[in-house]
Amino acid sequence: MSGYLSGLIGILGINIIFAYSIYVTAATGQLNLGGAGFQAIGAYSCAVLSEMFGLSIPFLLLLSTIIGATVGFLVAFPILRTRGVYMVLATFAFAEIVAGVILNSDSLGGPTGLVLSDYIETDVIIWSTIGVVVFCFYLMSTRIGLAMRAVHDDEAVADLLGVNRRAVQVGAFAIGGALAGLSGGLYALYFGFVEAQYFNAFLSIFVLLYVLIGGTQTAWGALIGASFFTLVPELLRMGDDWRFFIFGVIIVVMMIWRPEGMVTRQAIDRITLKLFPVVRRHG
Amino acid sequence: MVFTQQLVNGLMLGSIYISVAVAFTLTIGILNFLNFTIPALYMLAGMVGWSVSYYGLPFGLSEPLGWAPSLLVGITCSVLASLLVERFTYRYFKIKHGDSTEHAIPLVSSLGFLLIFEYAILGAHGSETRGFHTPFTDLNWRFADLVISIPQVTSLILSLCIVVGLSFMLKKTRIGRALRATAESPDTATLMGVEVRKIVPIVFVLTGLLCGLAGSIFAVNYSEVSPYMGDHVGTKAIAAMVIGGLGSVWGAIAGGLIVGISETFSIHFFGASSAQITVWGLLLVLLIFRPNGLFGHNAIGKGKF
Repeated sequence: MSGYLSGLIGILGINIIFAYSIYVTAATGQLNLGGAGFQAIGAYSCAVLSEMFGLSIPFLLLLSTIIGATVGFLVAFPILRTRGVYMVLATFAFAEIVAGVILNSDSLGGPTGLVLSDYIETDVIIWSTIGVVVFCFYLMSTRIGLAMRAVHDDEAVADLLGVNRRAVQVGAFAIGGALAGLSGGLYALYFGFVEAQYFNAFLSIFVLLYVLIGGTQTAWGALIGASFFTLVPELLRMGDDWRFFIFGVIIVVMMIWRPEGMVTRQAIDRITLKLFPVVRRHG
Repeated sequence: MVFTQQLVNGLMLGSIYISVAVAFTLTIGILNFLNFTIPALYMLAGMVGWSVSYYGLPFGLSEPLGWAPSLLVGITCSVLASLLVERFTYRYFKIKHGDSTEHAIPLVSSLGFLLIFEYAILGAHGSETRGFHTPFTDLNWRFADLVISIPQVTSLILSLCIVVGLSFMLKKTRIGRALRATAESPDTATLMGVEVRKIVPIVFVLTGLLCGLAGSIFAVNYSEVSPYMGDHVGTKAIAAMVIGGLGSVWGAIAGGLIVGISETFSIHFFGASSAQITVWGLLLVLLIFRPNGLFGHNAIGKGKF
């Protein structure tokens, strides 16, 4: 594998895992515009643990996942007091505070960032990505996934029908935090360097856009959205500025034509029906 | 003395946030729409103003213009851009999909426009900070030991005038009543003979105007513009809006001043990068314990459209 290709696959895998972390909360109807904050927590805990204790790589990734999950779980309680636009703002504020704390603490390197001595090869990212994608597809096919869909479609009705709404929402934040932590850990180990400026508001905006443009109805959305917006700019191979200009145009056009995202449940039903005319899916 | 000087500095900084915060609060109060293009509109006024004063009008229409006409062109440009946003995001807002993330649709497409405007300017002019020259040399006003900058006082007075005018318009005029009726309930407003389709663009014109003015004031004040100038002001103005309460015009003023003052004080006492923690920490605490802000109305943000 050439260096360029493996680098592309590495960043693609990290983006897909990161997109799934936002997808899990979006699938329960909570918009998280603070993804960069959660990823920064994973990346920095990985970097600090690696330097202080010299843990092995599987341990580092496991710990950044667990730390991410814990933060997601704890943050869920105050954040779930807000809803709609307020929740978008609250999660955004959370990410800004995380970046502010990192910039202000000298033990985390402040604005200069941290260098890691450990590193991973691309295949670790490939296997983690496959694992996360399979996990998310499985999750959405279980009863929990059904409960998440119910909460997404109508909170009050889901509550009335006996879905433990609060548990589903808090759980989604915890899983989202875990996946963001994992993607942060992979980022730190793959690039060997973390700095607070990378985890900025635009990163949070982009990852939320991957998910919403991909579609929140099915688990395909995050995969397709993240892959599309990581690979298409590479294929277009233009100057950096104009690629984001085109990205903006695509977003505006998509919201006019397909406001529910690229992949919808209907679209998947239509495709399966065409491929396997006998099999009928319900949903 | 240092304390008073910091307070004055805070008030002056806050005065720039006021106009942008009022623009945010107006769109969210009337249309229930968090318009993320506002930082870009603010930046457009400054950058287009700079480009006209440096290169002249496009297609060789004129020589480089003076600072005042250039800024006028800049403001016109941000009003037009705002109308463009209305055409392509808001018109498609009323589609009902019946799920809890549908309020995200205009939000997402306004994020798309933020990218379009910002990267169009970056592609055209690069990312450097440009000097914006005005004939004024010493813009400070010394008063005992206090240093007061004249453009900032002007901008504070100007923002207050705009807001007073705006609340007069909302209270007394026909258009203002129509706007408030639309804010309460678009369907009832339609039944009462308000043409909601014609009222909505007015909100966007006002948004463009407020952002354009704020951007021009910034350009005169600091004598420099950059494609990134909107990001900082935009996030601070969002904080100001939430602190004041979504949809409250007077709240946006109070919020702008509170954010400005807490920013200068935390920079003074805890160092430059602590302002981020103070402002956003304040915002997060307020969102969780008093989501309506200090002056907000509890009917805002309940999914009206």
